[in-house]
Amino acid sequence: MQIVVNGEPQATDANTLRELCEALGFSGDARVATAVNGDFVARTARETHVLKDADRIEIVAPRQGG
Amino acid sequence: MLDTPHAEPRDVTVASNDSFKVYGQTFASRLLLGTARYPSPDVLARAVKASGAGIVTTSLRREQAGRDGSRFFDLLAELDVTMLPNTAGCRSVREAVTTAHMARELFDTPWIKLELIANDDTLQPDVFQLVEAARILVAEGFEVFPYTTDDLSVADRLVEAGCEVLMPWGAPIGTGRGLANPYALRTMRTYFPDTPLIVDAGIGRPSHAAQAMELGYDAIMLNTAVALADMPEDMARAFALAIDAGRLAARAGMMDERDMAVPSTPVAGTPFFDFDGG
Repeated sequence: MQIVVNGEPQATDANTLRELCEALGFSGDARVATAVNGDFVARTARETHVLKDADRIEIVAPRQGG
Repeated sequence: MLDTPHAEPRDVTVASNDSFKVYGQTFASRLLLGTARYPSPDVLARAVKASGAGIVTTSLRREQAGRDGSRFFDLLAELDVTMLPNTAGCRSVREAVTTAHMARELFDTPWIKLELIANDDTLQPDVFQLVEAARILVAEGFEVFPYTTDDLSVADRLVEAGCEVLMPWGAPIGTGRGLANPYALRTMRTYFPDTPLIVDAGIGRPSHAAQAMELGYDAIMLNTAVALADMPEDMARAFALAIDAGRLAARAGMMDERDMAVPSTPVAGTPFFDFDGG
C-alpha cells in the first residue's frame, strides 16, 4: 500500500506501525515518537496500530529548539 | 539621641540563594536557554555550561530513516539540565496537542512550552488557539509554559486554564529588539504578583534581560542572542551576570525617577557658598 512518511510518499508491506518503524531502521528503543494522521500513537501502541492505505505517518526525534 | 527604630533589614539575598521555582521545581539560575542555531554541538554545550541555565528548551523534528534519534538528547542529558520541549511551528490546536504528546514520550516530561504561531512575519502567538490548547493539555496532565503576548485578558484565560507560569514576549522571536512595550510588561507584573513570569523572545542584549529582571520578572528565556554571538560562551556568561544584576536590583529597591536634578553631594558646607559670584 501507499503511505506518506514524514511528508514523503512511499510503498510499504508493513501491517502495523511497529513493523513500519522497524522496516525504516528505527529499532524498538530508538528515541523517536510517532503520530498517524495527526494523532499521537504511543510507543506501546505501535504494535497494535494497523496501517491503512494513504495513512500519513510522522516519526520525530529530539532536536534543538528555542 | 533619637529613639528611631531600625527599619527591618531588607531581604537582599545574594543571587545564588534566590532560587527560581516553577511547577514545583527549583532552579538556581533564572535563565532559560534555547539550544538552536549554535555553530556546533560543542559550542552549544559550552554555552549552556557558561550560562548556568538549569532549563534548556528543545523541539522535535522529523527523523531520517535509520537514525536512532538520541544523539542530541544524550548531549543534553550529559549537561544535567532540565529539558523543556516546545511546540514551535505549530499552527493549529490539533498539531500542538499531538506535538505535546510526542514530546512527553520523547523527553519523558509533562513540561511543554506551548507555542501556536499566528503568522510568519511576526511569529506572533495565536492567542485564541493557545488558550484552547492549554485547556486541553492541562486536563491531560501537562504542565504548560505558554508563549503568549502581554495581553492581560489572554493571560487571565491561561491562568484560568491551569497554567502556573506565563511567558510573555519581549519582542517578536529572533528580532533582538528587547522589550518593545515595557509598560505592558510592568502592568502584567503588577497584575500577576504571584505567578512566575518569564520574558520569552526578543531579548537581544544583556541589558534587555537586566531591564526585564528590574521590572520584577522571574526569569528570562532567550536563544538567538547567545547562539549567534561571535563568542556564544562569553555571551551566555554576560546574560547570566545581567540577569543576576537585574534580579538583585529589583529586590534591593530602585530609586524613583525625577524630572529635576538633585545634587548627590551635600550642599551644606560647600566652600565659597556665601561668595557673591566672584
